[in-house]
Amino acid sequence: MSGLSTKHLLGIKYITADDINLIFKTADNFKDVLNRPIKKVPSLRDVTIANVFFENSTRTKISFELAEKRLSADVVNFSASSSSVNKGETLIDTVNNILAMKVDMVVMRHPSPGAPVFLSKHIDANIVNAGDGTHEHPTQALLDAYSIRERVGDLKGKKVLIIGDILHSRVALSNIFCLQKLGAKVMVCGPPTLIPKYINTLDVKVEYNLKKALEWCDVVNILRIQLERQTDEGIPIKYFPSLREYAMFYGVTKELLQSLKKDILVLHPGPMNRGVEISSDVADSDQAIILDQVENGVAVRMAVLYLLAGKLD
Amino acid sequence: MAPSRSRVILNKQKFSLTIDRLCNQLIENHDNFSETAIIGVQPRGIFLAQRIEQRLKSLFKIKDIKIGNIDVSFYRDDFRRNDKIITPSDTNIDFSIEGQRVILVDDVLYTGRTIRAALDALLDFGRPSKVELMALIDRRFSRHLPIEADYVGKTVDAIVSERVKVEWQETDKEDKVILLTT
Repeated sequence: MSGLSTKHLLGIKYITADDINLIFKTADNFKDVLNRPIKKVPSLRDVTIANVFFENSTRTKISFELAEKRLSADVVNFSASSSSVNKGETLIDTVNNILAMKVDMVVMRHPSPGAPVFLSKHIDANIVNAGDGTHEHPTQALLDAYSIRERVGDLKGKKVLIIGDILHSRVALSNIFCLQKLGAKVMVCGPPTLIPKYINTLDVKVEYNLKKALEWCDVVNILRIQLERQTDEGIPIKYFPSLREYAMFYGVTKELLQSLKKDILVLHPGPMNRGVEISSDVADSDQAIILDQVENGVAVRMAVLYLLAGKLD
Repeated sequence: MAPSRSRVILNKQKFSLTIDRLCNQLIENHDNFSETAIIGVQPRGIFLAQRIEQRLKSLFKIKDIKIGNIDVSFYRDDFRRNDKIITPSDTNIDFSIEGQRVILVDDVLYTGRTIRAALDALLDFGRPSKVELMALIDRRFSRHLPIEADYVGKTVDAIVSERVKVEWQETDKEDKVILLTT
């Protein structure tokens, strides 16, 4: 095998199934490293990585930072709230200023869809998309698929259901691309207002009835309702009457899972709203691999950074 | 770029004699192997490690030998200096090396850089009381680092453009060592 086909990770859309499998194979090795007494390897000790976050994040940022540190990279953190962005600087200027200090890779989260793609055309560094608006969140999709694969084996032919705010979710889009590239079948489920209009172009099934959807699937990935994105130029838009009503129709509960004839695997990319999209007893059950996802996140991100660093000039 | 010439430098018989001699040398220093672990360096050193283990068991009736593999990809100093990306293999050390005498095993000792990386990787697992090195082939006069093997199968003088290839019954049908000239 000969490395990734790309020097950036902008989205799952832009990488191949071979790339995904190479990332998984490398992640297996890093997972092994993470279970050793000394959880660190010197691979990237001559690489400097900037984590540029224009949007809030806890787990993704910590996960990337840990991954970078465990590869021995030098890390600088930047968050928009405490930066010159508030003073009117453009994205390219901000990033070029960071790169002028000899940074090799940029991990970026940005509220605007396509920001990493735009940046990759204008600057000379490897870019990892850590979430761009409602577009893609490739490392999340990779770690989700990796966690599923760890439990159920090859994803080929497996049926994966994604429930929730498909319209505003970058996790949903990246997951759809990733699962399909690995040969899985994908269904989305949620209130019709939260299913995007052009979903039929993605070759996924759509089901509005949660019970029927759950009966179809082997694995379910439950997404959070992103109230902060349900706005139009700052004015909140109601996509459903109330959270209580959403929870009644689309909340996954223990009773619902027990009414199925099989055990399905439950994922959630976090942060969870217990009692809304997922009930506490499901979140804490053995079927849920939510903490495995977080653990695998570090290994998968190490694999991505390691393989992309191999592409540095 | 097909090699224009190849020469066998260790045929099947000499190969197995060499392995047996290495086992005899090991037994002189390691007694019943209770305090010793054999660790093969991925990817090609593991075959020699396994062969040594098998022969030690059949020649000297030693029951328990601790054996593992170590992958050094993440510790290499040529990462990003090489055009080819290094694809890692598995590391598998399911015992503590703390206070053990560790024998690192590789097929060909050339520049010594792999062994340097292996030493770094090994120390992440604990502090062995002693580390020794075994190589089936020692390409002398080509070291980049001050590293020498304690147990050598055969010493070879080969120039930079030549390549030494160790073939194993397990993967290449026959045990032999060949020198390829490009």
